[in-house]
Amino acid sequence: MSIDLSQFKQTFIEESLEGLDVMESSLLNLGEGTANLEVINNIFRAAHSIKGGSGTFGFNDIAQFTHVLETLLDQMRSGERPVTQHAVELLLASVDCLRMMIDSIRDSTNYDTEHASNVKQQLESLLENRDQQQPAAPKSPVSTTVVQSPSGWLIKFSPHVHMLKTGNDPVLMFRELSNVAAVEIKADYSDLLDFSDLNPEDCYLRWEIRLTGEVEETAIKDVFAWVADECDLEIIPLQRNEPSSQIASDNADVQHKQAVTHPEPVAVQAEDKSHAAANENPVPLPANAPKITAPVAVANSAANKEAASIRVAIDKVDQLINMVGELVITQSMLSQLGDDFDMEKLEKLRNGLAQLERNTRELQENVMRIRMLPISYSFNRFPRLVHDISQKLGKKVELKLSGEGTELDKTVMEKIGDPLVHLVRNALDHGIESPEMRVKAGKNEVGLLQLNAYHKGGNIIIEIADDGAGINKSKVINKALQKGIINSATEVDEDKIHELIFRPGFSTADAVSDLSGRGVGMDVVKKNIKELGGSIVISSTEGKGSVFSIRLPLTLAILDGQLVRVGDEVYIIPLISVVESLQIKKSLVNQLAGKSELYRLRDEYIPVIRLYEIFNITPKTTEFEEGLLIVVESDGKKVGLFVDDLLGQQQVVIKGLETNYKRVEGFSGATILGDGTVALIMDISGVIAMSKSIKKHSQSENASGSKDAAA
Amino acid sequence: MDAAQLLGAERIIENQNGNDQYLTFMLAGEEYGVDILRVQEIKGWDSATRIPNTPSYVQGVMNLRGTIVPIIDLRMRFNLGKLEYGPTTVVVVLKVDAQDKTRTIGVVVDGVSDVYSLNKDGLKPAPDFGNDINTDFVRGLATIGDKMVIILDINKLLNTNDMNVLINLSTKEHKVQ
Repeated sequence: MSIDLSQFKQTFIEESLEGLDVMESSLLNLGEGTANLEVINNIFRAAHSIKGGSGTFGFNDIAQFTHVLETLLDQMRSGERPVTQHAVELLLASVDCLRMMIDSIRDSTNYDTEHASNVKQQLESLLENRDQQQPAAPKSPVSTTVVQSPSGWLIKFSPHVHMLKTGNDPVLMFRELSNVAAVEIKADYSDLLDFSDLNPEDCYLRWEIRLTGEVEETAIKDVFAWVADECDLEIIPLQRNEPSSQIASDNADVQHKQAVTHPEPVAVQAEDKSHAAANENPVPLPANAPKITAPVAVANSAANKEAASIRVAIDKVDQLINMVGELVITQSMLSQLGDDFDMEKLEKLRNGLAQLERNTRELQENVMRIRMLPISYSFNRFPRLVHDISQKLGKKVELKLSGEGTELDKTVMEKIGDPLVHLVRNALDHGIESPEMRVKAGKNEVGLLQLNAYHKGGNIIIEIADDGAGINKSKVINKALQKGIINSATEVDEDKIHELIFRPGFSTADAVSDLSGRGVGMDVVKKNIKELGGSIVISSTEGKGSVFSIRLPLTLAILDGQLVRVGDEVYIIPLISVVESLQIKKSLVNQLAGKSELYRLRDEYIPVIRLYEIFNITPKTTEFEEGLLIVVESDGKKVGLFVDDLLGQQQVVIKGLETNYKRVEGFSGATILGDGTVALIMDISGVIAMSKSIKKHSQSENASGSKDAAA
Repeated sequence: MDAAQLLGAERIIENQNGNDQYLTFMLAGEEYGVDILRVQEIKGWDSATRIPNTPSYVQGVMNLRGTIVPIIDLRMRFNLGKLEYGPTTVVVVLKVDAQDKTRTIGVVVDGVSDVYSLNKDGLKPAPDFGNDINTDFVRGLATIGDKMVIILDINKLLNTNDMNVLINLSTKEHKVQ
């Protein structure tokens, strides 16, 4: 029996990438000179687990790389080395390098080894540099002999039986300890079962480790940080003159003077399946020890495309299980009712059905919640991005994130990533001015960039706000005039300017840089957001800054719909676009140029669209008094939809018409109602566009139609 | 081995003999045939939801066990005049290759007729009627006994792009009249 390591490889990759994200964000928090121990510890832990994991899977280059990284971090942690800007930059570069290496493992490709060794060399030279500067500073000794020193620690390490299953390897920990100080390890295998009773995946061993040298207790605890829950750990300080023989137990026949070696052969039988792969210098194994190299090779050769997986918080899953349990109970109750049903039980049946409905809805909501991720997944990359870009541009920028816990659908999140990056780059490049200019304008020389996310109605709003120069209107107008998009400056209002910004090929940047200025991008941003069923609004004050707010639906699969009836047909209007529904007072309807109808809604005039006209169906009524007006909003424009009747509201599952047919103008999809019939879901902006084109068409027809009538 | 595999295996045998099986249906007294392997199922007519601003032969969309399936009235598609739908009206659900995927489309016919095994050589090409009548979607004509059966190429017939072409044709005809 051997453990197939390949099944954990995916987990290793995912965890390592997450670890790298943690390292990156922590590094960015690590300001110059401020050696915040907690932050450094965070980075250290992440690096450490990557090192451990890569060692286990035999990715030695990563392990070696991380080892150098770790040494540097260790020095920072112990305060031996100041946290310099240079060091942080180098650490960030190493994070990138590690990410490249791990990506290459995932994709089974080769990475740029030259770049990796280059970064590694830089790290090493930084380390050596320190040694030259402070030759007296104690370097973590990796001595091969046990040195009797004035003080030390006795560690009693008794792993729980299942510890190996959690992927923790004592050998790695011992090796780690040996990096900290000289160690002497004794294995206690008194609990070892007979070979026939042995479960090779369990751990039956205990160890006593004698650490000699001046070591902080926290340093030892860090080594065991991963297994804190999987073992009993006792750390006892040793007195100066305590002889080492005191702790020597009778059965400690095997001593390891150097921790890097493998546990003694008896232990190997119990553990080698998980160990040997991790062993860089494996000791000769007993003949009966199975070979473990094969699974690793399999893992490497397997096609490792990025698996579309999702990490779900355990409480969400537990909740689901509870609900399914309830559902099962309701189902059995109902089937019992159905076994011998009479009219007396009708009330019970009703209750049961109501319960079923509630269960189903809850289940649906919670299943949808699985797909929901906090937006921090998307936001987390920005500290680095802002850091890099602002440095490149020589600007000083402070990034403030808020509302990272706001959840939205995974698909939406994936698609909104690039537009957000673009907007942030824009804000840095065009929005926030250089420090000199900011001081001249009487602002703090550090610019402020805020990313905020929150829920509003059925939408999520993401705001990107900067306190920079704002949009230079005259510049936009001049450029538009130059390009011949507009004819005179007078016809341009606020909305028009914002529209111009989103035009393909439009840029006011004086010079094209590698960041922006080519005029590609904002149009793509708008397009992507529109594809997701969202919208983007700009508000900008010259000299004060701009705010881009993106409104997105929470999910793409389900929407809250308002059912309306026109003639014999039932249509669904997305509830998020409905502003209000009202009965029409004929006196408030005005005709514009004989054809277009306007409705006065308080102090606004909104165009009325008769749905039966644009859908070419026979309505129950054409009289305004007999129908209803539903005021909807799309792209910031309000229109009134004239319908026969308002039916209920319900959540509908969106199904595409494209799957078997094709896109239909004015509709975003279809759904199946409770009675099994199909209802079409209206796309409000499409409907507005349709009504415009129909009006134009009928106008031109009227012009030519009079001639036909005469003939 | 499931049904599809069986069908596939059968098909290979059939092809070796040079024979294909066709399901035929009636439309205004004429018999039309389609490749039987394209037929997913045959079901009774049920109400469909109309899609606004589509050609009149698109009856709308139907819920076929959770899938939204468009329904095409072949009578109207061929300008054969509308027949009131009754209990015997039948929808033949077909699988149509469109670009890179398979679409499921239902066609309304007067009634299903028979299943014939036809030799490839038995298929005569459709005569060219010039520009007025589009015969691209006719794969060929077959003679069974003393009847003529029109074998349709459903990929060409139900391709949505082709539908647009047909709309143009029918409007042209109106103008001529």
